Amino acid sequence: MAEKIVAGRTIQVNDEGYMTNPSEWTREIAAELAKEEGITLTDKHYAVLEFIRQKALAGETLTIRKIGTSGIVDMKEFYQLFPGGPLKLASKLAGIPKPTSCV
Amino acid sequence: MKNILILGAGTAGSMMANKLSRALNKKEWSIKVVDPGSTHFYQPGFLFIPFGIYGREDVVKPIGDLLPREAELIKGEVDVVRPNENKVLLTDGRSLSYDYLIIATGARLAPEETNGLTGPLWQKDIFEFYTMEGALALAERLKNFNGGKLVMSIVDMPFKCPIAPIEFVCLADDYFKKRGIRDRVEIYYVTPLSAAFTKPIAARMLGQVMQERNIHIVPDFYIERVDNENKKLISYDEREVPFDVLTIVPLNKGADFVQRSQLGDELNFIPVDKHTLQVPQYPNIFVLGDAAALPTSKAGSVAHFAGEILFENIMHVINGDKPAQKFDGHANCFIEVGQGKATLIDFNYDTEPLPGTYPLQGIGPLKLLGITRLNHWGKLAFRWIYWHLLVKGRTLPVSANMSMKGKKIVS
Repeated sequence: MAEKIVAGRTIQVNDEGYMTNPSEWTREIAAELAKEEGITLTDKHYAVLEFIRQKALAGETLTIRKIGTSGIVDMKEFYQLFPGGPLKLASKLAGIPKPTSCV
Repeated sequence: MKNILILGAGTAGSMMANKLSRALNKKEWSIKVVDPGSTHFYQPGFLFIPFGIYGREDVVKPIGDLLPREAELIKGEVDVVRPNENKVLLTDGRSLSYDYLIIATGARLAPEETNGLTGPLWQKDIFEFYTMEGALALAERLKNFNGGKLVMSIVDMPFKCPIAPIEFVCLADDYFKKRGIRDRVEIYYVTPLSAAFTKPIAARMLGQVMQERNIHIVPDFYIERVDNENKKLISYDEREVPFDVLTIVPLNKGADFVQRSQLGDELNFIPVDKHTLQVPQYPNIFVLGDAAALPTSKAGSVAHFAGEILFENIMHVINGDKPAQKFDGHANCFIEVGQGKATLIDFNYDTEPLPGTYPLQGIGPLKLLGITRLNHWGKLAFRWIYWHLLVKGRTLPVSANMSMKGKKIVS
């Protein structure tokens, strides 16, 4: 666990860089974290991040398929917006814990 | 007369029908079980069929033979559940009312959800082993497979028996060694996960098992489509894995009526209270087994352990009390690794599989995350236990919730 100053605010992150307190998240923090990953956030990115936060904070388990059927993006677009591991990356930028699959 | 209606006569449904019929007064309670089929499959046995270890006769019994005489078996397909009316409608127009409803309709394969999966190569060079037909067809194909790329891949989480694909590649390694052609076969394990398994300690151990068997793991591969013409898997991020024979776990979904009844999530699995298995809006509806959206494995052991807790709770609720027991997500799985050996994992919502020992009355402790012959015999003996004790709702000498006894804390 460590502290990090992002967009002028102090946030708690774990050793993989995931925020540990989702309430510390702001859109500006997301933009800064995205820059570190080489991504410039668009409205579409933000719509996905807001969706992910809403579901995660309601206790739902997120999957790539759930996001791909959300009506915001399809799975292909989700990969284009957050290249590589889209769910992991999007979760990191949304300030929620790293997604774990339940076996 | 009060009614308990059970949808599905698989592991979970049959077990509950047996337990409840023994406990409840026949003059006051009627138990009905709805299922469209007539055969009960011992699903853990499907894994052995592709390698000729089991045949059809080893894994089937008539549904009726496994249900109590007092329960009425209704052959039919569920159209819709009307929870506000306490009614279930069948597709043939029959209407069944209930005081308590147990949904145990499991998970089904949905290969149609992946582009190209059910194309020209389906059941020719592309197979699944979660159905009788699929497993038998794969057995025939493997007999005639004399070299090339065998690819085991998983479309998405969650799916039934999450360790089965790992067992499949280990048994395939064994099978080709026995045929003397292992050096001509490349085995790939293609998964949407970042490692062989989800939980870190078991993932490390299973990753090593696969490495020792020269099985190549392709992680973070999320299948977009299957290219039948060029025999390739293609991911959303445009990576490719070529195959000669593809064995796949198609997307798993809950039953279609779940969607029509607006009870499920995007995969038709039903969200429930993870400790009581109750549907939050409808306290007289419970979901048991793979049909439930629970943060644990979709596996027979989970259906069994959760069923023990659910039975206690239903008895409480029937007597006007609140559910008293809490299910902890307990799962317990033998994992075949070939060469007549197996390992064992035991875990729950909060505790990942740990090494150590698992106490088992009469047989002695089994080794957790260790590879032993005794674990393999345990897995084979389980078939008898399944037919004669588990499905019949008899008590097994294991605790329903997970115990830390014998487990070693490591990190």
